[in-house]
Amino acid sequence: MPGDLMLNIVLFYFFAALAVVSAVLVVTRKNVVHSAIFLITSLLATAGIYLQLEAEFLFAVQIILYVGGIMVLFVFVIMLVNLDVSLHQLQFNRQWWVASLLALVLAAQFLIAIWLGRGAVNLSPPVAAALQPNSELIGQKLFENYMLPFEIASILLLVAMIGAVVMAKRRI
Amino acid sequence: MIPTSHYLLLSLALFTVGVIGVLTRRNVIIILMSIELILNAVNINLVAFSHLYGSVTGQIFAIFIITDAAAEAAVGLGIIIAYFRNRETVLADEMDLLKW
Repeated sequence: MPGDLMLNIVLFYFFAALAVVSAVLVVTRKNVVHSAIFLITSLLATAGIYLQLEAEFLFAVQIILYVGGIMVLFVFVIMLVNLDVSLHQLQFNRQWWVASLLALVLAAQFLIAIWLGRGAVNLSPPVAAALQPNSELIGQKLFENYMLPFEIASILLLVAMIGAVVMAKRRI
Repeated sequence: MIPTSHYLLLSLALFTVGVIGVLTRRNVIIILMSIELILNAVNINLVAFSHLYGSVTGQIFAIFIITDAAAEAAVGLGIIIAYFRNRETVLADEMDLLKW
């Protein structure tokens, strides 16, 4: 179906551009609240890409957990911590140009790696039904093959919760 | 069909922006947000390869990474609140208590 294919391509490039542009804005904005809003946009665009990649469960998890959970936490902390003073201070540290240069060198290396591996990666797509009852497949895999990592992740969340509560207490 | 290398390029772009954010910004909250961007870029890679090979294992690893991101954000923001209460700053280069 060429119409569907076209829509797929348009959606991918739209969400990709949205994600990258808002990521750049997260890093460059002066106001922390603006950065948080653009981070939400970037995460939502990523959720769109998950949907376009037939990962519907992950799409829901991304929106509920990232946008609904983690970002609310961020905005709360910004409200608790934000100083009007910090708007008028220097936003970037003194080594910013060395750091950006090194990051771009790293990106160039990854780019070369992707270029060299493009033949192995651009295989023909698999049968469309392989991922299809998405939540069922993830649930089966998670509770059969990945039971131990699942339990360890729950212990990790418990530890993080206790850590956060103890850390934010007034008297330690 | 969109080639998988385009997903890798998108992920690379997000990762690079995140690394630049971590290394250059002074505000600790924005550094934490950039770490979220990096983890998100990794997730795009995992889901793209999961789609390429028609197996949900990549998506399960993405779920574990999201769990880690939540734990990391909770603990990191707790540390920021505790530090701000004691030192009245959120700037990374003013957090030099262990430097002599």
